[in-house]
Amino acid sequence: MSLASAKLVRDLFAKTIKSEPTRNGFGRGLVEAGKQNGSVVALCADLSESTRVLDFKNAFPNRFIQMGVSEQSLAAIASGMALAGKIPFIASYACFSPGRNWEQIRTTGCLQNVNLKIAGSHAGVSVGPDGATHQMTEDIALMRVLPNMTVLAPCDSIEAEKATIAAASIDGPVYIRLGREATPIFTTTNSPFEIGKAQVLTKGTDVAIIACGPQVYEALKATHDLEKSGINARVINCVSIKPLDTETIVKAAKECGAIVTVEEAQIAGGMGSAVCELLSEHLPVPILRIGMRDEFGQSGTPAELLEHYHLTAPWIVKAVKQVLKKKA
Amino acid sequence: MPPRNHSIRAITDPEVRNLELIANSIREDILKMLLTAGSGHSAGPLGMTDIFTALYFHVLHHNPKRPTWIERDRLFLSNGHIVPVRYATMAHAGYFPMNELETLRKFGSRLQGHPEMRFLPGLENTSGPLGDGSSQAVGTAYAAKMDGSSWHTYCVMSDGELECGITWEAALFAAKNQLNNLTWIIDRNNIQIDGYTEDIMPLEPVHDKFVAFGWNVLEIDGHNIRDIINACDRGESTWEAPTVIIAHTIPGKGVSFMECEPSWHGKPPKDRKELGSALKELRTLGGKIHNESL
Repeated sequence: MSLASAKLVRDLFAKTIKSEPTRNGFGRGLVEAGKQNGSVVALCADLSESTRVLDFKNAFPNRFIQMGVSEQSLAAIASGMALAGKIPFIASYACFSPGRNWEQIRTTGCLQNVNLKIAGSHAGVSVGPDGATHQMTEDIALMRVLPNMTVLAPCDSIEAEKATIAAASIDGPVYIRLGREATPIFTTTNSPFEIGKAQVLTKGTDVAIIACGPQVYEALKATHDLEKSGINARVINCVSIKPLDTETIVKAAKECGAIVTVEEAQIAGGMGSAVCELLSEHLPVPILRIGMRDEFGQSGTPAELLEHYHLTAPWIVKAVKQVLKKKA
Repeated sequence: MPPRNHSIRAITDPEVRNLELIANSIREDILKMLLTAGSGHSAGPLGMTDIFTALYFHVLHHNPKRPTWIERDRLFLSNGHIVPVRYATMAHAGYFPMNELETLRKFGSRLQGHPEMRFLPGLENTSGPLGDGSSQAVGTAYAAKMDGSSWHTYCVMSDGELECGITWEAALFAAKNQLNNLTWIIDRNNIQIDGYTEDIMPLEPVHDKFVAFGWNVLEIDGHNIRDIINACDRGESTWEAPTVIIAHTIPGKGVSFMECEPSWHGKPPKDRKELGSALKELRTLGGKIHNESL
């Protein structure tokens, strides 16, 4: 497998690779953002431990605001603070924020174009036993459609930390998608990260696998397996769903000629949809999207659910072989 | 934090009379701009004219030439649909030329159908979706407390907004954090689009509800300039709680056929003849109506 210069961990597929949830990286990034800028504040809707805002609360007790179970005012009050010069991060589960407070995010965050930073934890089916009510799979679609909104889906905890710090440093509303489950830490502090940029992780030209979130690691595993069949895949980490890195994606379409997208979210309106929208206008190539196909999740272990909804490496391998049949 | 030390100056009788005359002139402009726009809300703006006049011409620390002045008092509007009264009052206060009022709701205008801060300096927020403005005022007041700022945050809102869950979320939060630098002014006019509030969704006892939520509650005649100013002063002088002023107003105030009539909530005068009748009615409030036709 030919790695691009993304400075990933040395032994990518070692059994001993460290894991932790992306929300942990958010927690650390928020503390760092708080250190860098005294205007950063954090508001939480009764989920400070599980969204990892607790670290910020401990570091900056006077800049932590407990909202209770009030997601609509969570967004609007935070926007009001942004109007007065603060950089508020609001944290909850993604099914509640941005799930329940979409209109407040639209009007007070995006239309006013203020520094409202939204951390949606427990996104995707890998939430596990809690079941479908708490497995947010529509958030990418909900946030991506909003003018002025930036949408980030970090692939591991280190990238989540960088995304959080970057979110604090740009003007305007940002959504950061986070997972509950521990997933491999395969990037390093030296891996490149920039809002608006996708990272090419492997150098293949037979097919491109564009993934976001922890599915990027599954894409790398799939690529490893595909090599045995003589297929060289280009794995692209599409952390910045909006703005989309149009240059990297169009180039991949041109050089690879077929694409598989992978995300732990509804394929309708998701990251894969963004790729399809771009390429249908610029360079149509065969595309196959992996994600939730107009259905809700259910209870189970994260591993069972990811397997059931085809979000693991073996399913990516299958999809690649399928899409290659359509390649001209 | 104790309330700021510059309380609102007491008002003299001649000053009250002067503000009443300004208010009537603003009502005249509201009716004219609504006719020109061809759509918009009549009842709410006419009902809130005395309050906006008192705010802009006596209560608020503001500077029309420096709308982003950092020490200004913040006036949020939560029920954005009554914005014609704010536009007309701002024009009278010198924020922009009077003739710009004619552009209300037109393509390219800074005076959008619902207020938009990205277009018009002097607006603190963009509003229309009910409940969002009052919550944002709470957030701004909270931030001001964090920074030890001395300015006050006001929010004008509707009684219909008390049907929104978010309003009560924000009310809990403001009381918890003892936001004594915040005053909500509720337009208690008893009407909303579909009819009378108490038929649509009974809200009473509004006073007791806010007391139960831990607010400092004042009730006033929303057309009495002295009452309005005194209530704002008491709000700014309160130590340990946010203040809500329940302002009893007459929707469509000054035009008898519009007063207390829900059907006038969301429509403008239909033609010059109806405008003429409405302006003639305004004479009952005193003051000079310059011209009963456009």
